[in-house]
Amino acid sequence: MSTSSLPDRCDVLVIGAGIVGNSLVHHLAELGWTDIVQIDKGPLPNPGGSTGHASNFIFPVDHSREITDLTLDSMRQYDEMGVLTTSGGIEVARTEERMEELRRRMSSARAWGIESRLVTPQEVAEMVPFLDPEVIVGGFYTPSVGVVDSLRAGTIMRESAQARGVLTTVANVEVTGMTVTEGRISAVQTDRGDIEAPVVVIACGVWSPRLARMAGAHIPLTPAVHQMISVGPCAQLAEKPGEISFPIIRDMDTFCYERQHGSDMEVGSYAHRAILHEPDEIPSIAQAKLSPTEMPFTEDDFDPQLEQALELMPELLGDERAEIRYAINGLLSLTPDGAPVLGETPEVKGLWSCAAVWIKEGPGVGRAVAEWMTHGNPEIDLGHSDIARFYPHQRTRAHIRARTSEAFNKTYGIVHPSEQWQSSRPIRLSPMHASQRELGAVFYEAAGWERPQWYASNEPLLEEFGDAVMPREHEWDARWWSPVINAEHLALRARGGIVDLTAFAIFDIVGPAALDAVQRIIVAQADVAIGRVVYTPVLDETGGFRSDLTVMRLAHDRFRVVTGGAHGMVDQKWFADHLPEGASLVDLTSAYSTIGVWGPRAGDVLGALTDDDLSPEAFRFGTCRLIEVGDLSVLASRISYVGEFGWELYVPIETGAQLWERLIEAGRPHGVVPVGIGVYTATGRIEKGYRAYGAELDAERTLSETGMERPKVKDADFIGKEAVLAQAGQPPKAVLCALTVDDHTSASGVKRYMLGGEPILGRDGEPLTDGHGHHPYVTSAASAPSLGKHVLMAFLPPEQAVVGTELAVSYMEELYPVTVASVDATPLLDPDNLRVKGRYAELEQSGTGSTATGAPVAAEPVGVA
Amino acid sequence: MSVLVLVEPEDLDDLGAGLSVVSQEVLTFARSLPGDEVDAVLVGAVGQPTEAVLAHCREQGVRTLHVSPDARLERYAARAWARVVDAAAEAGGAAYLIGGGTPHGNEVLAHVAAARSVPMPCNVVAVVQSEPLEVERQVVGGAVLERVALGDGAGLAVASVAGHAVAPQAAPSPGPAHVAEVDVELTDADLAAQVVRIEAREGGDTSALTGANVVVGAGRGVGGPDQFDDVEALAARLGGAVGVSRVVTSLGWRPHHEQVGQTGSRIAPDLYLACGISGAIQHWAGCSSSKTIIAINTDGEAPMVTKARYAVIGDMHEVIPAVLEELS
Amino acid sequence: MADVLVCVKRAPDTSGEVVLTADGGSIDGRYAGYSMSSHEECAVEIAVSVAGDTGGSVTVLTLGDDDSVEQLRAALAVGADEAVRIDATADDYGPADVAAAIAEVVQARAGEGRPFDLVLVGNDAADTGDHQVGIRLAHLLDRPVVAGAQEVAVSGDRLEVRSSVSGPTEVFDVPMPAVLTVWEGGVEPRYPNISGRMKAKKARIEVLEPSGAPRGSGRLGLRVLPPPESNVEVLGEGKTAAPRLVDVLRELGVVR
Repeated sequence: MSTSSLPDRCDVLVIGAGIVGNSLVHHLAELGWTDIVQIDKGPLPNPGGSTGHASNFIFPVDHSREITDLTLDSMRQYDEMGVLTTSGGIEVARTEERMEELRRRMSSARAWGIESRLVTPQEVAEMVPFLDPEVIVGGFYTPSVGVVDSLRAGTIMRESAQARGVLTTVANVEVTGMTVTEGRISAVQTDRGDIEAPVVVIACGVWSPRLARMAGAHIPLTPAVHQMISVGPCAQLAEKPGEISFPIIRDMDTFCYERQHGSDMEVGSYAHRAILHEPDEIPSIAQAKLSPTEMPFTEDDFDPQLEQALELMPELLGDERAEIRYAINGLLSLTPDGAPVLGETPEVKGLWSCAAVWIKEGPGVGRAVAEWMTHGNPEIDLGHSDIARFYPHQRTRAHIRARTSEAFNKTYGIVHPSEQWQSSRPIRLSPMHASQRELGAVFYEAAGWERPQWYASNEPLLEEFGDAVMPREHEWDARWWSPVINAEHLALRARGGIVDLTAFAIFDIVGPAALDAVQRIIVAQADVAIGRVVYTPVLDETGGFRSDLTVMRLAHDRFRVVTGGAHGMVDQKWFADHLPEGASLVDLTSAYSTIGVWGPRAGDVLGALTDDDLSPEAFRFGTCRLIEVGDLSVLASRISYVGEFGWELYVPIETGAQLWERLIEAGRPHGVVPVGIGVYTATGRIEKGYRAYGAELDAERTLSETGMERPKVKDADFIGKEAVLAQAGQPPKAVLCALTVDDHTSASGVKRYMLGGEPILGRDGEPLTDGHGHHPYVTSAASAPSLGKHVLMAFLPPEQAVVGTELAVSYMEELYPVTVASVDATPLLDPDNLRVKGRYAELEQSGTGSTATGAPVAAEPVGVA
Repeated sequence: MSVLVLVEPEDLDDLGAGLSVVSQEVLTFARSLPGDEVDAVLVGAVGQPTEAVLAHCREQGVRTLHVSPDARLERYAARAWARVVDAAAEAGGAAYLIGGGTPHGNEVLAHVAAARSVPMPCNVVAVVQSEPLEVERQVVGGAVLERVALGDGAGLAVASVAGHAVAPQAAPSPGPAHVAEVDVELTDADLAAQVVRIEAREGGDTSALTGANVVVGAGRGVGGPDQFDDVEALAARLGGAVGVSRVVTSLGWRPHHEQVGQTGSRIAPDLYLACGISGAIQHWAGCSSSKTIIAINTDGEAPMVTKARYAVIGDMHEVIPAVLEELS
Repeated sequence: MADVLVCVKRAPDTSGEVVLTADGGSIDGRYAGYSMSSHEECAVEIAVSVAGDTGGSVTVLTLGDDDSVEQLRAALAVGADEAVRIDATADDYGPADVAAAIAEVVQARAGEGRPFDLVLVGNDAADTGDHQVGIRLAHLLDRPVVAGAQEVAVSGDRLEVRSSVSGPTEVFDVPMPAVLTVWEGGVEPRYPNISGRMKAKKARIEVLEPSGAPRGSGRLGLRVLPPPESNVEVLGEGKTAAPRLVDVLRELGVVR
């Protein structure tokens, strides 16, 4: 029997008793929290949210490793609670294109170590006798697919926390307001009194935005409809005991699923138009006919799916006696980028979001967020789900609605890894956008910025470089790609390129304690001379990566941090959260435009515009200073992410267009062209073995695994230092390597190019396992046009991390031979960094510099240790 | 200008019981209308009205009680009854005709309104204004009140009055309750739809959930498919049927025909004893018409408990055996 | 052979707490959805069984806007053969207007030589509760009408109709053609199956223009009454409550 009186204070208040809130209170209790209060406005055990009507099945394989890890952890937890029933599941394909996608799913299954296999229509029909094999061309079978009782699991977890005597759960309490004191949550008002709490978690699913708004915070999600009907009783199902005896079918091409539920068959759909609701417009429990999140069924939207379901299971669903007894428009949460919304809100200290989580991830998310709340370091990296990732425009209602509408039909869609959003664009334009349009830029979006991926104006370069641009034959490999990227790359290496980097996130750490602040946050030595530029990892307490970025010391009390746009908001929050008294953070992202100019002629191009001495000796690598570009004042920083001599040039955003025009003009006589982000983020860096946060670097990786360990650790204390010292000298469990593809020819004779995410196997296809028990997969894949190779980065088990090791990559269920070309991310191109140093003449003389020598020179890409 | 009230006896077969409570309420309500006198009409009772009927009429200040001597009207025939009512309204010069919002009341009044082509608001609870006439009436089972304008006021104003809209109260001074006979020439058409016989209501069939007078409901709280013994024993002891929630049938513990709820049967027994059922809205939709609900649940805040008339907080597997023992 | 017309109305579902539209002029179904009333679901069930038993047909009729096609299809999905929609805004129509509109359809079909032997309506609509459309219709058509019909059996050209809505079961014997207003509880409406849904989806809906302007219902506005407070009486906890519970069972007369 639940306690009906609401305590007036607690250490942590969890709002919501769906699968997420229940998982969270359980794990908080496990981690030692002793005064937890959980409330829900609905009754228990089913308070009326999305958990109550969930179809409750779990397919573990997802292309996202983060989501897969959370799902696998959740399945383990459900199993331990005894609420997981394994049924197996088959994703069936009706088309060859879909079959290809299922092969891609096999890649993910192998990469994440989940047992799966492709099956023929006949094999599907043997497992699911009421499915018409004529309709499909094949399937992707995962034996571990199962269904869970999420309500029961919630009760078990809640009761486990209650049994420890640390949790008070009160049902039928509605939150009416929140009190924020000096930026911190301090109390929550309810219809049954106020409760003081220094930490509050919103785990309210579709209602979360409404709750967050009470505190002035944003949880960017929207309630959306997922339609489901239940058909029965079906004779073939009724004769089997229990809830489920047949594998669950996902009919991928029709965006439908068929899931046995006792004697009924539930048919669900993601094929209909996106039907979005407003969090404020969800009915109360009393107003709803079934529950607040089971909205009236709209038949017209479902009819086409019904026909397709009937096609797949004509006998079972066509049975006259099988009636449609239950049909709902169930509400679930959608986010602009499809990922959950987890973590402390950037607006209000102590106010956490745990929202947009599906049944399959619930307990795993509960555990990870509880760890995050307790000691800051979830075992599973939640980087892609961090609520801090959203820029202000991404929190607007219009953006959320536009992106979720667009994303809805991607739920079962075939989504290319480079696929671009169409809606809510353009939002953020760099000052040279108009010029870029004239140059025929093909824009890709990052964090709302429109960034040229490549320029149509560079098409003539294709002729200049011929086959060196490594054209791709297969449509999938060439989708969202252009050989112009590789041509621009070759032009950059041969002469030079100008890159718009306005999307960088830039912020200053200022004040008397600025040095202390930066010293404590970054791994590299921050106490450097004014004018030095430092490239550095940023670690968490366990030594896992939070970021990698550059820091310029501009004054004794001013450090400028430059980081990638996509991750910029999260980095800002990390710095802000760790500032001591006397240091503050100033966001300058919208104040500065950045333009990169690199390559053998970069000095000539910039030199034509300035009287400053730009020689490598006078303007040393890893330094920055103000220069005059005619009548423009420019902060020039000599670093490079593409492995060439040159600068990042920072100017006030209003003068960005001027600088751009002058650089383009000055570049013309030298054959220096604008170069797109396709070079900057892929081909340029992969030849140099430069890692990317989110691909090679995340909280589960260490300095030693990524080849970023330095012989000496600085004396000053910094976050993660203990872990770094403990790791020092320990053999890494996996080693970052670059592999080259030896032969691209597929069985059909078409040359194939991997795009990332593929499993790395032994030459004959045998699985490899690293010291973490993980299987290696491709973290980044790109052309290396200067080498004439397709290069893959992957963390290999130490035994295989030896130059020359012959392995294989599995792509679309075919094996391609690969060879380890470098370990510890040693550059494949120009390992002596002659290019970065501006010593192009020596490069010419030695005639080398285009391939790795194998010398274990740890080249520091940008900056000093 | 008078008000005519269609009155019904408490028991059609026994006029000694006087007028129904609803009819007494309607007579009370009639006095709130702008009429000088209240008359009544009683149909279906052959011969002189009983003293009990007359006493109620006098108490309510009735001037004239119209009755019909025609033996063909003894069995219910709405259109024929309406002819009598219509004639009584004519005879008494009624400006208003009202009756109880009962199935018979509504039906007879609707016939009069249809015959005269005048509006008939049902289940009126109050007169908002009399010139021009506006009333408020119940819709959606009384959850909503609708304000209705009744037009120009020409002709007879017909309305039914919702049960319990007012409490019956004696008139300030008793009425004479003169008995007047209304003679109507009935046609075959008037009698085409007439009760030919009355059947006793069927009951006691424990297998038919919807017909049961007592239903013992069981939800997930039962625990498993082999845990229904005490529920069945209790249903048998109370002469009722077993009903279950959706989750119970979904889990395959019980057959679908026992399901009560939105996706199962809707029941209206005299007693619904809900054991281990939380009372999800979808279940409530199926059982809310029960006359009395008793909930047995471990959670004192479960909706089934708060919506019930009576509740026992506890494990059904402890409570039911104790009840059975108490009953033996 | 009995050809049956069954009339249904798209009305907001009122099984939950009622929500009004912004102007307070009507009940809003945005949360609970729209459906025909339970009475009408039973009317459709009776129509389909009568037609099935006699080899006749079922035509379903509604008066409403384009959205009300959903209710016609719901009837088609469980066995109605034809569907007709009078294209009008239902809120503009009072019960007398609706009866007149239905009568017009019935008379037109009789004029075409395809008369309806039986017209079924729900006893009253979920949102307006007028209790009179069927009776007014019977007067306009000059046919007998039984209100509160729950069970219907056809023998020859007569109907045996049962109604228990006033207590004891009243049995009527009426000649066809007739009008019945159906009250829920006598039959169990069937659910659609998938083939029924497919058939309904493809069926053609005949659309009629209303003749003449409606007089209206006289509705001036609606207001919602607050829901009743919980009046639960807790009899006790655990098995100690058993004696008290048995007392209540005795008071209720379910045990002696």
